[in-house]
Amino acid sequence: MNATDPGLLTAPASEPSSAADRAIGPPLWLLLELTYRCPLHCVFCYNPVDFAATENELSTDDWLRVLREARAAGSVQCGFSGGEPMLRDDLEVLVAEAHRLGFYTNLLTSGVGLDEARARALREAGLDHIQLSFQDSTRELNDFLSHTRTFELKRRVAHTIKAHGWPMVMNCVIHRLNIDYIDQIIELALELGAEYLELANSQYYSWALVNRDHLLPSREQIELAERVTNEYRARFGERIRIFFVVPDYYETRPKKCMNGWGNVFLTVTPDGTALPCHTARMLPGLAFPNVRDMAVARIWYDSEGFNRFRGTGWMKEPCRSCPEKEKDLGGCRCQAFMLAGDAAVADPVCDKSPAHGVVTAAVERAQSAELRPSQIAPLVFRGPAESKRLIAERGR
Amino acid sequence: MSAAVEVTSSTRPRVSPRFRLQWEEAQQSWVLLYPEGMVKLNGSAGEILKRCDGRRSVAELVAELEAAFSTQGLEDDVIGFLDVALHQHWIEV
Repeated sequence: MNATDPGLLTAPASEPSSAADRAIGPPLWLLLELTYRCPLHCVFCYNPVDFAATENELSTDDWLRVLREARAAGSVQCGFSGGEPMLRDDLEVLVAEAHRLGFYTNLLTSGVGLDEARARALREAGLDHIQLSFQDSTRELNDFLSHTRTFELKRRVAHTIKAHGWPMVMNCVIHRLNIDYIDQIIELALELGAEYLELANSQYYSWALVNRDHLLPSREQIELAERVTNEYRARFGERIRIFFVVPDYYETRPKKCMNGWGNVFLTVTPDGTALPCHTARMLPGLAFPNVRDMAVARIWYDSEGFNRFRGTGWMKEPCRSCPEKEKDLGGCRCQAFMLAGDAAVADPVCDKSPAHGVVTAAVERAQSAELRPSQIAPLVFRGPAESKRLIAERGR
Repeated sequence: MSAAVEVTSSTRPRVSPRFRLQWEEAQQSWVLLYPEGMVKLNGSAGEILKRCDGRRSVAELVAELEAAFSTQGLEDDVIGFLDVALHQHWIEV
């Protein structure tokens, strides 16, 4: 590939880095959130609940420049995501450039808009892989959770993906409403010929946090689902790799979020804001740079936003003296802010966190078999109108 | 591909189409790329895998490596690595 193209590799990434900078590895994973527009209305979407405030999407030229700068800085995996990336009619142009630069290119899609003509164009552009999302294995629940009639379309798209020879990751967000049907979800992935299946338990950010009491499964549900998943792994491990992501609320130590702040992952939002994770923009008092104003390498190595929570120097107690601090790096900064009100404290998933009770209270509520509708607010479906309503509520 | 298949000196391994082998200047290493993931290879793994083209036999591959690095007796190590690679589906035989 063009990774050996000397023209690319000798291009100066940015100003020379200091000695300390050289200890920081490159932004290996580049995620481009091309748009927040999406035909689906999923109740667990991780796009920010105030996405309706974003209007000014980057132009094709902006995205092409981001690809070139990131590749020169050492990015190698490139994800095209959203919202629904198929809604950008320049997707094929961007994929072709990413391919030319030597990226491994991944398209993360709901399937809406991926017809035969565009599949052919993406194949010609050099797209390497497609991750297709389902919301459930049944039309009824898939269409209910996404608030669209998309189940049959997704099945057709899966056949299109396989007919073009792409490896396929099927992704299904798992939660209280579909976890009991995990066997049928795995059967669907087998039937459709997916090489990989991500059973990603919902993480409680953004829209999923709004809907948490509807979505958080009980401990019993999770244990059963893991058992069923392991049975399928034993039977079909050669055909399909199944990932099962446990909801971190059931852990007593936090996840090493994004494999470390500013460690491998760089996401660019539709308006060009560069973030160390999908949701970091929620953190107050942190200035995240925009790719319109700053080159990717400078953003990665020199910006305040990317350096603020790198490593362990920012930690307070109980993290600072914790023997496990290098292992989980204190967990997730967004979760610390959402649940404990301070982005620089321990992730409350950790049972050493003074705010751990917030997590156990949500978990306790999830153990009751019945959630009376009167106890909780109705499910909120992701969409521009709901987003504007939530923005207005926060303003008050 | 099953675990019963073994790598011998006459095997002609090739990198699996499920993976893309690529030199990464920024990491100064060979990597295997696959959907949403990457395996960073150490120096010897990279030298072995870049020669797995389906044409060279393991014996030829070993001879090339021994010549390139002015050494001898690499066959056991190479076969040991290729067994791991086969198990990981990085290569096909």
